Amino acid sequence: MKTVAEFEIKYCQFLDVEGNLAAGAPPLATDTGELLKMYRYMTLVRTFDAKAINLQRTGKLGTYASCLGHEAAHVGVAAAMQPDDVLVPVYREFGAQIWRGVKMSSILLYWGGDERGSNFTAAREDFAWCVPIASQMLHGAGVAMAFKIKGEKRCSVTYIGDGGTSEGAFYEGINVAGARSLPAVFVIVNNGWAISVPIENQTATKTLAQKAVAAGIPGVQVDGNDPIAVRHTVSEALARARSGGGPTLIEALTYRLSDHTTADDASRYRDPGEVKEAWTREPLSRLRAYLKKLRVWDDAREEALKSECAREVEAAVDEYLSAPKPSTDEMFDHLFAHPPQSLLQQRELARRYAGSDDTAAGSHRAVGSPGDNSPAGH
Amino acid sequence: MAKVTMIEAINRAHAWEMSHDPSVVVLGQDVGLNGGVFRATAGLQEQFGKDRVQDTPLAEGMIAGMAIGMATQGLRPVAEIQFMGFIYPALDQIGNHMARMRNRTRGRLTCPVVIRMPHGGGIHAPEHHSECLESLLAHHAGLRVVCPSSPARAYGLLLAAIRDPDPVIFLEPSRLYRLVKQEINDDGQALPLNVCYRLREGNDVTVVTWGAMVTDTLRAAERLEGEGVSCEVLDLATLSPIDHDTIIESVVKTGRLVIVHEAPRNCGIGAEIAATVAERALYDLHAPIKRVTGYDTIIPLSRLEHDYIPNTARITDAVRETLAE
Repeated sequence: MKTVAEFEIKYCQFLDVEGNLAAGAPPLATDTGELLKMYRYMTLVRTFDAKAINLQRTGKLGTYASCLGHEAAHVGVAAAMQPDDVLVPVYREFGAQIWRGVKMSSILLYWGGDERGSNFTAAREDFAWCVPIASQMLHGAGVAMAFKIKGEKRCSVTYIGDGGTSEGAFYEGINVAGARSLPAVFVIVNNGWAISVPIENQTATKTLAQKAVAAGIPGVQVDGNDPIAVRHTVSEALARARSGGGPTLIEALTYRLSDHTTADDASRYRDPGEVKEAWTREPLSRLRAYLKKLRVWDDAREEALKSECAREVEAAVDEYLSAPKPSTDEMFDHLFAHPPQSLLQQRELARRYAGSDDTAAGSHRAVGSPGDNSPAGH
Repeated sequence: MAKVTMIEAINRAHAWEMSHDPSVVVLGQDVGLNGGVFRATAGLQEQFGKDRVQDTPLAEGMIAGMAIGMATQGLRPVAEIQFMGFIYPALDQIGNHMARMRNRTRGRLTCPVVIRMPHGGGIHAPEHHSECLESLLAHHAGLRVVCPSSPARAYGLLLAAIRDPDPVIFLEPSRLYRLVKQEINDDGQALPLNVCYRLREGNDVTVVTWGAMVTDTLRAAERLEGEGVSCEVLDLATLSPIDHDTIIESVVKTGRLVIVHEAPRNCGIGAEIAATVAERALYDLHAPIKRVTGYDTIIPLSRLEHDYIPNTARITDAVRETLAE
């Protein structure tokens, strides 16, 4: 037998966990203006994330999917994009979205149970959050197909998680992107856990990047906690896509330092020792250490940045909390451009009964005895 | 004026709209080089190029999902699913995204997409090629579901579907594709969605139907006319949202209602029509509502499929029974 095809998967890291820069780093590594901007956004989204969890714990936000630990994998990707590229997120890429101009109050509004949060004031062609896992892969491919048909030098960037790579839509997306050489970049944020399922139970493959081989497209693995490596890798992929070179699959290795969402308790299934170890690799401390080595950062600036981020987040929280409850018309008015008569009749009905549920939120009571729902005979 | 089959009418509607609106693109399995397995898109790739008429890889969920992405960038994708039995992998995209996009982004992103597919049995096709799954789709808020019953309505309704700013599921009764030829004006004139079409005026009984069953229902109405029974036949055409007003108006006049559909009875669209008539016009009825439908079984393979699909005999009997009440 002879070998008819061979493949290799490269791994990219420039900043190690102590913030030491490797040889061969790209010019970005000395562009302190850009690095400081990235650090600022990473700090901002971490501040935002902590506040969002706090809001949820105090009953002021619905279930929320934390992005703790993903800051480099999120900000690094967005920083590599052009403003008129299209971001297709999953549901926790807040660092990328905030970089692209999505308001923190919009994010809170959505997770606070209000669709108006998805009506972004900036990045208006970006997709909203995608809860059905992996289905967004095809949206990213479709957007890229539109760019190709229209002859626009734009790209789509689509996120997916490690669990999402087990879905058929993941493969369908990278396959069609490869088959049609679409200007698309797919970023797998491999944070090790799909709720309670660790990556080793998700797949037998050594890397997720190698799944690109099956689609005939380049696949590369990057240290997802190294913002320089993430931004550099995505920049290269985007440059290739923009010049007609087709799609790339990037696996960013990071760690979910939080629970899956605020409705989850990871201590049920995850060794605390593993989380403790993962904290030694988290992205902010290593970029901070590197910036200090470059002598563009110190403790005073750190404190000032933290205060500034806290103020910005508080302002977003105020804006979110002051948003009036939507009218019931909101359920009906955006379903169709031309709503059918039957829908308008139901809109009237909803208006009549708006706010009339006296058992609503906050006053849920069990009705009947605990045995009411038992199957007959039990 | 030209005399064309339904499949030719569908082909011409595509060609007209692609000639007049550069944002219209066609995608699906075998729609390009092969012109579609039924030839609905024959010649389009030659005329409009490979960018606008795309043979996709083979994955229905991908076709629907790509159409969503393309639509949010200002294109008007017309996607073909090869047979309705293959719609299931695409339901995630259609139900979770296409139908919801406008609502969940408050109009920021929209999906002016048409998903076309053959509908129903009676063509001796293999397994999974004969399904009538309109109820699955009609149950989704945010979708329009349309089913023409003649070449002229296929032409006009498809144009309307492509021009609609929201997603439309377009069901093409496969046994009507080449059944009859009809004169159409290939002039880009769309027909209104959301209304049903009165194909025959009558005073004794209202018969509501759609798709391929329109042919059998009209035949039944002719036979019944020989017995002195005057049937009013309504072609529902848009299955969601339903034009209940026209149905009610007719039932108030005739006092009797028979609903005919090929899809299974359980939770069929006939149930929705019957329930609405019961809510709004019960006291105008002189007899209980009757449904003539496919059985609540799997549609059988070809040797028995014509025993599954409602036929003229079942329809005429149902009308007679209604009149005997």
